[in-house]
Amino acid sequence: MSAVSTFLLRRRGGKGWHWTDVLAYVWLGLGLFLMFGPILWLALSSFKTPANLSEFPPTFLPLDTRMAAVSGYEKPLPLYRVKQDDGSERVLAQVRRVGLTAQLVDPADPQTIIRVPIDKRIPEREVRLATGNYTEPLQQFNFLRYFQNSIFVTVMATIITLIVNSMAAFALSKYEFKGRTAVLGIILATLMVPLSVIVVPLYLVVNELQLFDTLWGVILPTVATPTGVFLLRQYMLTIPDELIDAARMDKASEWQIYWRIVLPLAAPALAVLAIFSIMWRWNDFLWPLIVLSRKEQYTLQVGLNAFSGELNVQWHYVLAMTVISILPVAAIFLFLQRYITSGIANTGLK
Amino acid sequence: MSIVSETRGQAPSLSIVLAAPLRLVMGALNAPMSFVQRRFGLGGMGAVFLAPNMLIFGVFVLIPVAINLAYSFTGGMAIFFGERHVVGFEQYRTLFACGDYTQPATCREDAFWQSIHNTIFFVLVQVTVLVLAALGTALVLNREMRSRGFWRAVFFFPVLLSPVVVGLIWKWILQRDGLLNAVLVDYGFDRTLWLAERNWAMFWAIFVSVWAHLGFYALILLAGLQAIPRDLYEAAMMDGTGRLRTFWRITLPLLWPNLLVVITLALIRAVQIFDEAYVLTGGGPGTSTLFITQYIYETGFAHVLRNLGLASAASILMGVVLVGLTLLQLMASNRRNREGNR
Repeated sequence: MSAVSTFLLRRRGGKGWHWTDVLAYVWLGLGLFLMFGPILWLALSSFKTPANLSEFPPTFLPLDTRMAAVSGYEKPLPLYRVKQDDGSERVLAQVRRVGLTAQLVDPADPQTIIRVPIDKRIPEREVRLATGNYTEPLQQFNFLRYFQNSIFVTVMATIITLIVNSMAAFALSKYEFKGRTAVLGIILATLMVPLSVIVVPLYLVVNELQLFDTLWGVILPTVATPTGVFLLRQYMLTIPDELIDAARMDKASEWQIYWRIVLPLAAPALAVLAIFSIMWRWNDFLWPLIVLSRKEQYTLQVGLNAFSGELNVQWHYVLAMTVISILPVAAIFLFLQRYITSGIANTGLK
Repeated sequence: MSIVSETRGQAPSLSIVLAAPLRLVMGALNAPMSFVQRRFGLGGMGAVFLAPNMLIFGVFVLIPVAINLAYSFTGGMAIFFGERHVVGFEQYRTLFACGDYTQPATCREDAFWQSIHNTIFFVLVQVTVLVLAALGTALVLNREMRSRGFWRAVFFFPVLLSPVVVGLIWKWILQRDGLLNAVLVDYGFDRTLWLAERNWAMFWAIFVSVWAHLGFYALILLAGLQAIPRDLYEAAMMDGTGRLRTFWRITLPLLWPNLLVVITLALIRAVQIFDEAYVLTGGGPGTSTLFITQYIYETGFAHVLRNLGLASAASILMGVVLVGLTLLQLMASNRRNREGNR
């Protein structure tokens, strides 16, 4: 026994355990449990039927009553385990329920109906994913629309952000002109003005421009991000001016220099900004909540909030749609994690 | 700020896919932009390139800042400035009309002061817990271990979730028949209505926001830890310095600039807390988790009697606090850059 524990506790370098090692592993274990547990629970719950969801205590895996096709009945019937008087159990299919009695039949002998009080039968269950949670809200409610809206907002806002921010960054890094420092100063100063401080007047401006309750009203106020300009400018400063001078010698226009030389060279910084922009716009909540009032215009986040705020929360739909709204973010994270983490670590922007 | 120097030279294939339509649009703009260049000359092109961004920026950021100030001096229910009457400092007076600032109930805008009390409490507790937890996580992740990338991802993933999703996940776990109550009942405790009791609602608002942002700050601190030269630790080990002493004497002082940035950043974000708490508790029960941003939102938009003047005045006050905090943050990050610690 001691040999096993020595083997298990053996560490690289042959040094013993320090109490900080134990603490570190406890921290990691707790972290895994606390950070990942809730997401796992969300995913599992999203596949449960409403009946399964309302159970207390909840089951770990999504369970649903087993169904069986019985000859003579059009639809498959739910199976129940029935305890008989002699103590033995048999599995029967329920035809209908009248008051406190259930009418069941043996699938092997569908002619004879057996009457059993409902508390004498237990549903026969199996692990089954309630995929209807995912398909129904997309068909019956506006969720497909919310999705399209969110995708539209995210894609448009990101494209415009990349273009106008990179143009501004190009001007601020490669041109000498009067007021350049002033512009840079203003941009830096507004890094401090969070949206929550200007929602009231922003609402008025958007109203004045007839953009209220439109997706463009969600998109436009967010695209001229000072963080984006700043990030791209810092990167473009590292592009040598000689390249640009050489292009000018070859009679390239300034516009061509911008999109054929500077943009491709700034691709890594553009990629970082694109990833962040997608995250920001996909997750935006307060501003869309204020601008959008008709349900058809809701983005996914606003739609989710509205749906979960109803009197009778249909959790099975809410949970499934929450999972769907996480999927794009999860995909980006899986494939582009390195860009995100190095971007945050180096700039502190989010 | 060497933002992407690590990733340079490996532009993702994603950008190549995105580049094709971009090429088409940009190419089509060649001719008109050449015309613009002939019209304004080479020297004018800087302003031309700057124009689209600054136009959007001016309309949606600069003008609103100016309007905000103006509106905070007007009153009435009308939406448009022309129909509103100037009331001077009336809105500010209303906000500050208070018998005793420590007792929100004695104030005319009791909800405003309640939200300030709540926000101060939230900020103090949340920032402390968040920074300590992030520091702990960064220290653990900085150790030599297998699959560090996986562990980093575990702590970081919630950062990417939207506040609505974060709020919903926890609302689901904390509800009456939720997972937490099931576990408690299993161990013989009573069920608790976590979000319907004043103190618990505040506890969970803090817990959930720490949960959601921990990974972000841990990542910044981890970068700071990795910038500390290895030989310092080796020298300490040679001298037989204990781990705690090494932490106090080497790690903490060298990490301090980063820690300062993290603290101020966390402060700025905490003051603006809205989304997660709004989805999780909706400000309730009563006004026990009502924070300033939600107060502004509800005063200006959600109430039937929308009071834009009062909301503007409140947001100006919040803006003043945030500008102060941001100046602190800039000082902190300047110090970080000056000390060459990335």
